[in-house]
Amino acid sequence: MNYLRATILVTILVLFSSARSVQAQSSIGLQPGSLTDRAITWPTSEQWRRVLRLEDHNSRVVVLGTMLLGGAAGFVGSFTLLRRRALMGDALSHATLPGIALAFILATAWGFDGKSLPILLLGATVSGLAGVGAILLIRNLTRLKEDAALGIVLSVFFAAGVSLLGVVQQMKTGHAAGLEAFIYGKTASMGAADAKIIGVAALFCVVFSLLLFKELKLLCFDEGFAASRGFPVVMLDMALMSLVVIVSIVGLQAVGLVLVIALLVIPAAAARFWTESMWRMAVIAALLGAVSGMLGAAMSAIFSKLPSGAMIVLACAMFFLMSLFFGSSRGVIIRFWRRSRLDRTVDRQHLLRALYELLESSHDTKHIAADTARSVSTSELMAVRSWSQRRLKHEIARSRSAGLVKTEGDQRVYLTQTGFAEAVRLTHQHRLWELYLITHADIAPSQVDREADAIEHVLQAETVQELERLLEHQPDAGLPSSPHGPTEPVLRNSGKSITRRAE
Amino acid sequence: MMFGSFAWDWALDGWIVTTGILCAISATLLGNFLVLRRMSMLGDAISHAVLPGLAAAFLISNSRSSLPMFIGAVIVGILTALFTEWIRGIGKVDEGASMGVVFTSLFALGLVMVVQAADHVDLDPGCVLYGAIELTPLDTIPVAGLSIPRSAITLSIVTLINALFVSIFYKELKISSFDPALSTTTGFHAGLIHYALMTLVAVTAVASFESVGNILVVAMFIVPPCAAYLLADRIGTMITISVGIAVASAVLGHISAVVVPTWFGYHSTSTAGMMAVAAGLIFVLSAILGPRHGIFVKLARRHALSWRILTEDVISLLYRLRERNDATIPNRANLQAMLLTGNVATRVVLGWLTHRGDIRSTVGCYQLTDQGETRARSLVRSHRLWEQYLVSLAGGTVDRIHDKAEQLEHFTDRQLRERLDAETETPQIDPHGSHIPPEK
Repeated sequence: MNYLRATILVTILVLFSSARSVQAQSSIGLQPGSLTDRAITWPTSEQWRRVLRLEDHNSRVVVLGTMLLGGAAGFVGSFTLLRRRALMGDALSHATLPGIALAFILATAWGFDGKSLPILLLGATVSGLAGVGAILLIRNLTRLKEDAALGIVLSVFFAAGVSLLGVVQQMKTGHAAGLEAFIYGKTASMGAADAKIIGVAALFCVVFSLLLFKELKLLCFDEGFAASRGFPVVMLDMALMSLVVIVSIVGLQAVGLVLVIALLVIPAAAARFWTESMWRMAVIAALLGAVSGMLGAAMSAIFSKLPSGAMIVLACAMFFLMSLFFGSSRGVIIRFWRRSRLDRTVDRQHLLRALYELLESSHDTKHIAADTARSVSTSELMAVRSWSQRRLKHEIARSRSAGLVKTEGDQRVYLTQTGFAEAVRLTHQHRLWELYLITHADIAPSQVDREADAIEHVLQAETVQELERLLEHQPDAGLPSSPHGPTEPVLRNSGKSITRRAE
Repeated sequence: MMFGSFAWDWALDGWIVTTGILCAISATLLGNFLVLRRMSMLGDAISHAVLPGLAAAFLISNSRSSLPMFIGAVIVGILTALFTEWIRGIGKVDEGASMGVVFTSLFALGLVMVVQAADHVDLDPGCVLYGAIELTPLDTIPVAGLSIPRSAITLSIVTLINALFVSIFYKELKISSFDPALSTTTGFHAGLIHYALMTLVAVTAVASFESVGNILVVAMFIVPPCAAYLLADRIGTMITISVGIAVASAVLGHISAVVVPTWFGYHSTSTAGMMAVAAGLIFVLSAILGPRHGIFVKLARRHALSWRILTEDVISLLYRLRERNDATIPNRANLQAMLLTGNVATRVVLGWLTHRGDIRSTVGCYQLTDQGETRARSLVRSHRLWEQYLVSLAGGTVDRIHDKAEQLEHFTDRQLRERLDAETETPQIDPHGSHIPPEK
């Protein structure tokens, strides 16, 4: 009746029949030692060897089957992830239930064996595809969004399936127990025939998505563009979802509902952290899926008390966590590092410009170049910008080791020759952008400093040239003077005397 | 006899339906905001993810009593929402994907824990936490002399809390659902209300699993709000309608769970399942028949528009034929061939035009009446003024403008024509050399 209860019961009963004998022994009496029975016994080296070299026929089949499934699910999952429909597998695997129940009822009513695999698979496929159709109809004909379409199909189809199962249980021939095993998977007892079905389906999915790789990629990234170039978007969408249906159905009866969802989502999400290329992502996702399948199955073969389905998901989750942090393209650590590098660059540029502007404010512009040796005190630097003492000190130390500034004692800083050249360049960029904002974007001079501050660090050399051309500024004519300065000829007649950095 | 086997028993059916209604209302109230925030799948995710909470509660408390299990499940339910948000935020992963990663991993973790616990004492969370709505009337508590089902009491409390939450924080929920940034700038932290909502979703979900099973609550989080979304344009109306739909599907669902299987010779089936199916049917009905966004209305509107355009095409064609001093008076077949339209559409349109008095037919051939001619003249005038405008002011070339003008003429009223006329300095001849008829 209730599928979670059934999932748990069936998983316990079917997957861990070996564990039950242990349970029978320990439940004779709740002796104090029974708490330690929960601990997993370390397997002997003999067991390790047998599993790792795949000597058991059974574990060989299970490992191979889960690997193939993991690979195919990872590959297909990358497309659904990029299509922002990661949970489609969730919806569609639930949507197969009414088909399975109905196939059982009809087949029994017409005198066939209700539990024959082809009939149940056919039922599952038909209702999975009906689910696909419903999702597409809801999405294209109403104003509801993707997630709502998935949610509606998931809950209504599944509820219909539960209602039908309620009827199945009353049938005279109804031994629905077998049905539940079909629905909730039986990884550990996977047979050679199951592995073969999985292999064929996995191969089909991978080959099919390879053939349509370009089209599916376009569909994932820019549906509108694909439609405008004459690609049959709805058909492609249908094809992608049908692949998901195939993977879910095969996976469903081999490894269970939740595991197949996990295999469709997690490897693809993990692969996304490693690359920006669709092709590499699909390959990495397939590899991660396959390796997790293998690891999980092997773990549960070695430690007989660990459920293989759950172990596969946990292996996936482990890979996901690793990728989340260490991913070479979008991982948290690499992003943090990029960010702090940018922060340091920004700090250095602020320091250099602040030094230059302080020099400029106390000298006639023309004589600055000759007077590079004049030093500036750190308290003056502290005053021009809202940075902390510590941050400023760190930046001064870094710039000194880069040969851009020198220090006199603890309190005074002056620019070196290289530092001065760099500072001139930066101030030049900053002021060009300020001028641009004032003349071409009609922003008040009092407002431009902050905006220029945000953009100056990322200006490319070509952009600077373009700005110079636009503002008809000769590069050899020296620095443009600050638009905030009261001596600025352009602004003098505007009557506004703007104090620098009003904050 | 359709309801032959159905005898309503208040002590039984009454309580089942009441519990169903309470569950439906409490879930739907929050579901409206989940749908608006595009988090419809959260209910499903939580329903899978609470498993480790149950197992941990059992391992810690070493008992199978309800309260620790409830607390454990709620905590993990909230953690699901937190982890989802966290992975989405720091990993820049799509919402759905991060939800998928979190709930499947938690479920797997729960399975491993359950296996460890099951070795020790037989733990079946089903007995402890996952109830079935049919059994609710059997587990009663005496309150003020009445024996009321325990789940009805739990769910009334949850419904009350949710109703209070939604009515007190209505404005905040509304703003933060539509524009989180605006909500934060106006001084109310969008994240705070988000997590309050998530907490209540977890509480509602777990309380409902315990009493009525999870199928019903997962469906009620999504389906009635979606149906209401298609019927209403204001969030207050949407919430009201969705609650109505929730109640209706609970009642209908129970009745059909008892009645429908008897048509095929079986007894009753799962009530919770049929309640969700009933909600699904109501959704389909509102998607098709909705007054403003329904598929039917949209199709009808499109058809009406295409027929209106065709009537205008017919009379302007007749006008142009007469203008060219063409002696032939076209019959229906001619018109159909010239306008490249279907048989039915042409019949409908000609019938309508005759009825309105714009054209008259003499032995199967059609001619404009005076009234029709006035109407046609303004259409042709619009067309040619647009062509003139497109060439002289919008930089179009003569051979490209016809199609554009053909579209625009149907949406041009007298005021706009006068404006076009003024802008193009009252031309007499359009770019193709045709005379522009004057306004009458």
